[in-house]
Order: sequence, then structure tokens, then C-alpha cells
Amino acid sequence: MWFYLPAAIIYGVLFVVPTFASFYFSLTRWTIFDSEFIGFDNFVTFFSEPFLFDSLVNTMIFAVITSGAKVVLGLLFAVFLSSQIIARGWLRSVVFFPVLVSAVGIGVTFSVLMDPFDGLINQALGWFGVDGPGWLTDPDLALISVAMVDVWRGVGIATLIYIAGVVAIPQEYFEAAKVDGANATKSFWHITLPLMRPATTTVIILSLIGGLRSFDLIWTMTRGGPGFSSDVLASVVYKQYQAGFYGLSTAGNVVLFLLVAAIIIPLFWFLNRKEVDQ
Amino acid sequence: MQRFNRRGTAIAALLGAGAFALAGCSSSGSDTDPSESAGGGGDTMEPVELSFLVDNGGTTLGSVEALTAAYTAEHPNVTFAIEQRPGGSEGDNIVKTRLQTGEMSDIFLYNSGSLFQALAPTKTLLPLDDIANAGAIQDTFKAGVSVEGSLYGVPVGTAMGGAVLYNIPIYEELGLEIPTTWDEFMANNQRILDETDAAPVIQTFKDTWSSQLFVLGDFGNVLAADPEWADKYTANEVKYADGPPAINGFVHMQEVYEAGFLNEDFASSTFPDGARMVALGEGAHYPMLTFALSEIQTAAPDNVDDVGVFAMPGDSGPSPLTTWLASSLYVPADTEHPDAVKEFLSWVATPEACDIMTEAVGAQGPYFVDGCTLPDDVPRIVADMLPYFEANNTQPALEFLSPIKGPALEQITVEVGSGIRSAEDGAALYDEDVKKQAQQLGLEGW
Repeated sequence: MWFYLPAAIIYGVLFVVPTFASFYFSLTRWTIFDSEFIGFDNFVTFFSEPFLFDSLVNTMIFAVITSGAKVVLGLLFAVFLSSQIIARGWLRSVVFFPVLVSAVGIGVTFSVLMDPFDGLINQALGWFGVDGPGWLTDPDLALISVAMVDVWRGVGIATLIYIAGVVAIPQEYFEAAKVDGANATKSFWHITLPLMRPATTTVIILSLIGGLRSFDLIWTMTRGGPGFSSDVLASVVYKQYQAGFYGLSTAGNVVLFLLVAAIIIPLFWFLNRKEVDQ
Repeated sequence: MQRFNRRGTAIAALLGAGAFALAGCSSSGSDTDPSESAGGGGDTMEPVELSFLVDNGGTTLGSVEALTAAYTAEHPNVTFAIEQRPGGSEGDNIVKTRLQTGEMSDIFLYNSGSLFQALAPTKTLLPLDDIANAGAIQDTFKAGVSVEGSLYGVPVGTAMGGAVLYNIPIYEELGLEIPTTWDEFMANNQRILDETDAAPVIQTFKDTWSSQLFVLGDFGNVLAADPEWADKYTANEVKYADGPPAINGFVHMQEVYEAGFLNEDFASSTFPDGARMVALGEGAHYPMLTFALSEIQTAAPDNVDDVGVFAMPGDSGPSPLTTWLASSLYVPADTEHPDAVKEFLSWVATPEACDIMTEAVGAQGPYFVDGCTLPDDVPRIVADMLPYFEANNTQPALEFLSPIKGPALEQITVEVGSGIRSAEDGAALYDEDVKKQAQQLGLEGW
């Protein structure tokens, strides 16, 4: 009993109390000195204002794109990096390097590279006669551009998880398949892919949570712009906080919390159930 | 921003260390000759160090550094530890948080007008009515830093105009007249587009705040059409989306975009780019605050006098110049050195202090303290501004007449100015944004 008490106190003070306090403050109009209870007005505002609601949509788009791309690319990279290639160890570490760099550094670097006129990317495209788009300034493209950078940054983790999965598959399966006449594609579809389901579950859950609460890259690259076209929940919450709308920004956080829970819990249950079926 | 923060911290730390060293010197100095520091004019015998929070803008920081250095030279027992913060909404955040948590420095520099109102001055700040030179501060300025009849701020720096900076060589080459109406302005733009390589209008949307000038700088014209507009706005009786005159700023942005008058890299340019472009003639017009002068002085020192300024043209001329009040120095209510701080602030409101600022950062515009003068050879931008003040053809910006300023205006103006959203939609969206601010402030009628 006494053994658990310190942890329980710390957990209570630092996690439980703030969580419930934030639920309360999301129902108030909170200035720097006092808070006035206003019921669900903050949530009504959040869902009625177009640029607040759009951020919810953008958050989903961003999370799905990045998570999907990390699953596909991570798996392909993992299979490639588990094959018999030269400098395999070095190549494996190269794909992981971006994970180690700070997101702000990556964001600043890519916003320079993606400059529509002086940026290296569009200059390189110019050598081939291609007129590159305004990666971060075109409202239809900005969110996708940031998502691509996020994939580049995060695919290393997915690859790492998948490599662990690939290596754990007993070689006998592949040998048996070979004897039965399966080629590489068939082995991948019928052996690697099904046996990678636990790894896939982990990658999807991790990258989806990461995508839903993504902030640092978006903030350093576009600040949610141009206009509101790449605003996600986290950047909106930050902007509302900066504006001094503490109640509204807390409500945004509660929305984010509920959204993450509403997506991840059923998904987790669904993916794990499939696993048991096997 | 991260990069700036880190550098800011380092500089602040250095300055802090320097100030401690100075404090050490001055206290040992007074040990050897106590009469000297008493004769220095300071009422406080004890050496005090006043902490001072300033934004990292070149002009304000330069002014504050010069002022504090000069004051310490006269009053060796009063030293300052200057700490820097970022500007913009990140700075707002820092100021509010530090006031709320009681961590505010003894003196801090911050905006006048609506941003000042949002600090809940009656609860957080020290009233300054009893400083000796309070009477020398002009009433226009006092109105922007007073609540319920009490004065809370002392001006640092000068008035600014929110107007159109223009490249004089282009105007001379084409023989253009200074436009007094919006139609004349657009006609000039068309000629510049047809006859030169320069962009008729410069916009720099990567620094989103810089996108607001067509709307904010047009407010003089709004007031000229309806002198009561600001009060009605605060009372929730008029809206931007109601139509002219208020919506004109949004409409103008849309017209300029649709006519193809913008520089091609408007979406990815920054404020320093814009200042450079208007100075070197890469663009002809730049809607901006006149504080861009200090940026031009850094970016293109040889071309400072190639840039002039005229008021944002409205439907019918001659348009008044929309003006911004200087920033102000404030004191948190819980400062430990109220007397020393008040004595310093009283000194800031003297012609001597104005001259020190002029010497440090150059003449930027008219001061708000009685008796302050400008040198004869002021930069062209300042010279162009002065006639508006002399003819009394100025109007304060909306943020000095109404506490309501929505935080999303800069994103909305970026959208309207880049053709993402129509002027009507933008104005309506801004009216929604503003509602949150009004409710947050607890205003009547929202």
C-alpha cells in the first residue's frame, strides 16, 4: 500500500487533476484572472466557425495520409533493407537519421527548400523544364507538402518496427514456399504480409496518434497558412491560446482528446481482434 | 522563431550579466564616495536594479537601450537588466502569462490601445497619474493607455502611419501624381504594370501580420465617412460585412489581387523582402506601417530617401493618414521598486529623452511628449508624414478607439489578398472572429 502511494500522488496531481480541470475550464470563458461558466458555448463556437471546423477535417486528412504512407513505405523499406544488399547496416541507419533530427530544424530546412522561387526543389525541377508549384504557398498543396515532410521524418520508426518484424519471421517458411515454387512477390503477399500484422498494428496506432496531434512541423513550415488552409487542431488550439481565449483553446484540446480516443480505441480493438482470429 | 528565441536569451543573459557587473561597480563606487550618488539626483540612496522586458524589434530595443544607458549615466545607483521577448502574438502570450503569474519585470514595453486593454490594467498595472511629467504626455496618447481615468503608460518612440510606402524614382520616371482616391491609385498601378518591370503592389504574406494594412490602414477613411463608427462597432451595432465604408479595405485587397498587381512571390516574401523591394524599386507600392523605415535603413541604407509615403487612398480624397500610437512603458502593480520606476518613467516623458531616442534610432515620426522636436533633416518617409499631422489630417487606427481586435485578421487578409476567399466572406468571417474577443472582454451587447 505505502509502496504505491508516491506514484499515485504524482500521477494524481500531474495527470488526473489537470485532465478534469481542463474538462471544467473548457466550459468556461477564461480570462487571465477569472473564469465564467458558459456551458457548451466554446464547443458550439468550435464547431460553428468555419476555420475552426476545417482544422478538424485537416487533422484527419493529415493523420490518414501520413499514417498510410508510413505503413506502405515503411513496409517496403523494411523488406528491402532486410534483403541481401551491400552496406545494409549503413542504409538502415540512414533511413532512421531524420527521426533523430528535431522537427523544428526539419521544418525550417524544408520551408527554405520548398520556397517557390529560390528553393532547391523548384530550382531542380526547373533544370528539367518543370515549373514547380508553390509547395507551401498554394492553399491546395500546403497541407500535403507538410504531410510529405512528416512522412520523410517519421518513416524511419515505421521501417525499424517492420525490420524487427521481418527478421522475426522464421526462414523455414520462405524456404518451404520456395520449394513449392513461390516467387518473391508471392512470398511477400502470403508470408511476410500476414505475419507482419502485429507490426502493422503498432505502426498504424503510433503514426495515427502522431498525425492527429501533429503540430511542430506544421507550425514551423506554414503556421497553418496560407490563411487557414493547413491549420490542424493543435495549431488552432495554440493560436486561440495566444489570442488569450484560454477557455476556447482548452475546449479545442478536449475535442482533440476525444477525437484521438474515438479513433484509436475502436481501431485498436479492431486490429487486435483480427490478430486473435489468426 | 526558435532561432531568434535562442539568440534573444543569450543576449538577454549577456545584458543581464553586464548589468549585474554595472550594479557591482556602482555600489562599490558609492562606498568610496557616498555624496556623489546622492548628488546624482536619485532620491533613492540604495542602488536598485530594475528589470526591463522589451520586444526584440530593432527600433524599440535601440531606444530602450539608449534611454536606460543615459539614465544610468546620470543616476549611477539605478541600473537596468534588459530582457528581450519576441514580438507578435508570441510576445502577447509572454506578457499576459508573466503578468498573471506575478513574474513580470519592473518595467515592460508593450502596445497601447486594444492590446493594452486586454491586460486587465486595473488589476495588473500600477497607475502612473502621479509621475511628475504626466502632464507633458499628449492627450491623444493618454487616451490609448488609460482606463477609468487612470494613466498606465508612458510613450516610447513616435507615432506611426499605416499607409502606402512608394518608390519615388518610379513615380518620377512615369511622371505619376500622388493618388488621393482609390481609382487614381489603381490607375497608377495599371501604368506601372504596363510600363515598368516593377510590381505595382508589394505584399509579403509569409509574415502574415504584414497582410493587414489594406484593412487597418483604411480606417482613417472609414472614420472620415462615419465618425461614430468605432463606438458603434464596440457596441455591436455595425459590422465589417455591412458594406461600405468598413468593407472597402477587404474589397481593395481583392481588387489588387484580381488585377494581377502583386509581386509574383507575394505568398512567400517576408517583411524585410518588402522593405528592400520598395526601396530598390523592385515594387512601387507597399502598404505598411511607417516603422518599416528602420528596416529600410538596414536593408538599403543608400535608398532611404527613395521611399515616400502617402495615406491609404479611399473613395474620395484627400484621405486622412491612419496613425498608430507609440508603444508604451508599463509597470506591474506588484513591482518592488515603485518609486525608482516612476522617477525613471517621468524622465522618459521629457524632451531630453526624446532627443536620446532620435540620436539612437533616428527620427521615425512625431513624438507624443510636449516640447519634443525633430531634427531638420528627417528621412523622406517622416517628412511625408509630418504635413498630415500639421494639417490635423490624421485619424487613429481602430485599435486605439475600440478594444476589439480579432486575432485571425491576419489569416483572413492573407486569404482575401491571395484570392482564396472573397472580400465579403472575409469580412463576415472576421466579424465572427471579433465576437470571441468582445465576449472575452465582457463587453456589453455581445
